[in-house]
Amino acid sequence: MSSIDASSTLRHTVWVLRGNPLTAVAAVGAVFLALIAIFGPLLVPYDPVASDVPQALQPPSAAHWFGTDQLGRDVFSRIVIATRLDLAIAVTAVSISFVIGAVIGSLCGYAGGKLDRVVGRLVDVLMAFPLFVLAMAMVAALGNRVENIVIATAIINLPFYIRFARAEVNVRRNLGWVEAARACGDSNVSVVLRFLLPNVLPGMAVQMSLNLGWAILNAAGLSFIGLGVKPPTAEWGIMVAEGARFISTGRWWLVAFPGLALMVAVLCFNLLGDGLRDILDPRKRT
Amino acid sequence: MTSSLLRIEDLHVTFSTRGGLVQAVRGMTLSLQAGETLGLVGESGSGKSVTGFAVTRLLDRAGRIAAGRILFREQDITKATSGDLQNLHGAAIAMIFQNPRAALNPIRPVGAQIADAILAHRRVSRQEARTEALNLLRAVQIRDPERRMEAYPHELSGGMCQRVMIAIAISCNPQLLIADEPTTGLDVTTQKVVMDLLAEIAAARGMATILITHDLGLAARYCRRVAVMELGRLVEEADPLTLFRSPQHRYTRRLVAASPTATSRVEDLVPEGEASPRVEVKELPPPAAGTPPLLDVQHIVKRFDDGVPAVENFSMTMAAGESVGLVGESGSGKSTTSRMICRLIDPSEGEILFDGYSIAKIPARDFHRSPLRKDIQIVFQDPNESLNPRFSAFDCIAHPLLRLLKMRAGDTLRRRVEECADRVGLPRDLLARFPHQLSGGQKARVGIARAIACRPRLLVLDEPTAALDVSVQAVVLQLLDRLRREDNLAFLFVSHDLNVVRMMCDRTIVLRAGGIVEQGESRALFANPQTDYTRELVEAVPQFGSPPSLLPA
Repeated sequence: MSSIDASSTLRHTVWVLRGNPLTAVAAVGAVFLALIAIFGPLLVPYDPVASDVPQALQPPSAAHWFGTDQLGRDVFSRIVIATRLDLAIAVTAVSISFVIGAVIGSLCGYAGGKLDRVVGRLVDVLMAFPLFVLAMAMVAALGNRVENIVIATAIINLPFYIRFARAEVNVRRNLGWVEAARACGDSNVSVVLRFLLPNVLPGMAVQMSLNLGWAILNAAGLSFIGLGVKPPTAEWGIMVAEGARFISTGRWWLVAFPGLALMVAVLCFNLLGDGLRDILDPRKRT
Repeated sequence: MTSSLLRIEDLHVTFSTRGGLVQAVRGMTLSLQAGETLGLVGESGSGKSVTGFAVTRLLDRAGRIAAGRILFREQDITKATSGDLQNLHGAAIAMIFQNPRAALNPIRPVGAQIADAILAHRRVSRQEARTEALNLLRAVQIRDPERRMEAYPHELSGGMCQRVMIAIAISCNPQLLIADEPTTGLDVTTQKVVMDLLAEIAAARGMATILITHDLGLAARYCRRVAVMELGRLVEEADPLTLFRSPQHRYTRRLVAASPTATSRVEDLVPEGEASPRVEVKELPPPAAGTPPLLDVQHIVKRFDDGVPAVENFSMTMAAGESVGLVGESGSGKSTTSRMICRLIDPSEGEILFDGYSIAKIPARDFHRSPLRKDIQIVFQDPNESLNPRFSAFDCIAHPLLRLLKMRAGDTLRRRVEECADRVGLPRDLLARFPHQLSGGQKARVGIARAIACRPRLLVLDEPTAALDVSVQAVVLQLLDRLRREDNLAFLFVSHDLNVVRMMCDRTIVLRAGGIVEQGESRALFANPQTDYTRELVEAVPQFGSPPSLLPA
């Protein structure tokens, strides 16, 4: 039965992508980025951190596709290597907020009452801060390390997931199949985790996809202002920050290529969102 | 000769969907004289609403008039430009819909909404429009119309909202009103008031009406001519008495048989030959005197957070195998009562004894652990939302077996689920499907199979057929009746449909505003109601067995 299921899922996915070519492009882009993140280190022509001062600040050429930076490092190699770090930060952070937010939000939406009110106000407090400033403050307080960037990004994303799961569960809590689950002997906790949560996942996956782009920007932004990953690590935000100094002298490639990488990544994940919802929703199938 | 007001000639409407072109209306021909009232009846998917939408050219983008002509006052609507349509809508043809609350703008007072409709089609000042709106509210007999002008839709009841919709529809004196299920979702007494009003207004203004409905009784009571649609075609057309006394077409015959009347019996609902084979069930001997009742509900009360009691001092007893109907209009507390008995919510006061055990004191949140959980099961109203969209039919039926009987996945479970599917007449190959791949009737069967999987002793049925077509309802009712006799199951049958309750239940309890109004043996109670309220309820039910009562001669 599972093989039938898998093939019908595949067929459905193909159908959705055909009707929505932009999603298909985004999906290809996302897969491409993931492959680069995994196999990047095997592909790069140069060591991303090895400086080669005589070759500094070369414009794009056959030898250095994206040119070289002020220390003579190959910009192309650095961009490829940075993919893994940037995606890893974003994916981990978003996954953490997804799991925690989904559970807390669903419980609040189902139980209502005091728990809902308390969590609701806490979320409001969290959202009252400018989120990027909050992330900056957390990284500054916790220390300038990758895991702290992940935690900060996860926390500032959390309110969206809590609110989303809460609202989605809240509209479903009185439906017949939820009451039926209770009549069939499920406890309230099991109703939330085994019945309601799987039904709100498609919507949350869309949120996750949109958030991934945002989390990448957030991580890059933190590095850009010097609160993220430390140089000489290859990271898109740092590369843009370092390259910015050379823009006035016409060395555009230092900023343009990492900026382009950021843009492509963010765009891919955002475009993926809508298509993903259609793919994951069982009711969209026939 | 008088030319007809509306003439539909060989209309074809197609919808483009993922599965290709779907023909919703295929060759429909119909005509309507000025001032005439026509009933368009049929089950879901028969194309009756689509025909209505085609006449008003309100088809959504996927729908297209593929062929045919719609002549309104000899002008072909199918070729009308958007400018012509603007004049046509409201001014010449008006439409009212099911669920009036959704059709009204929730953030604008109803008086202003009526005035808007007038201003859209007539050159009058805002002040004149408001005066006119007030007159219309009077015309639709809304009490205290001055105050209601400023009311928002959520402050009005469903019946009042529909009256406001009627006021908007008649604001520009249309010649044709299309009413698409105008009273579905309203209580019977409200339905009667709204339909009487509509009939009166139509007669007074000489307005032709097309009443689109699934309810044969309603069409019979209010229409001079009834047209029956099946699969996008008109199969039969006659005056109601002829049509329902001696239906000619096979489909009409089935439809008429399936519609419960004041005298029908469960076994008559499905014509001979199409009924599921009758299972001979031996009648069980009556319980020995002195055995405690299966269910003994004593003075239960339910107060919600606002302190107003939803159910007050409700008591009843039920013997094993007995079927009791709980009828009442919306807000009567019948659903709340059934959920308390089913132990899904807690009563605020009172005692519930099941088989002699007190179950009212076990909190609803812990009742899932009680050994009595499997004995009290429930079938929900809307089959569309009573099944988890991510569970296959098999998972749905297996769920209570896994949970309540602690069965393990495997051959035993599969056999047991298949046996349940067989008992409710669900083909085994449908077990792998998900709810959205099943029809309404099939979903209802899955819901029933799930409820009987653990062999309960009491089954609470919360409007189990309210969302189903009559022919499907007929089959489901027969199924339920058979299951009850096979298993000596007790039924608590919650419904607003008196004809169904009369047929299915030995005894009936009439609820109003949370309290019991009247109770007794079903047939006697309906034949000879003791209270005014029950009498009002019984009389409000449109019956097509009797001649139309409201037609002006």
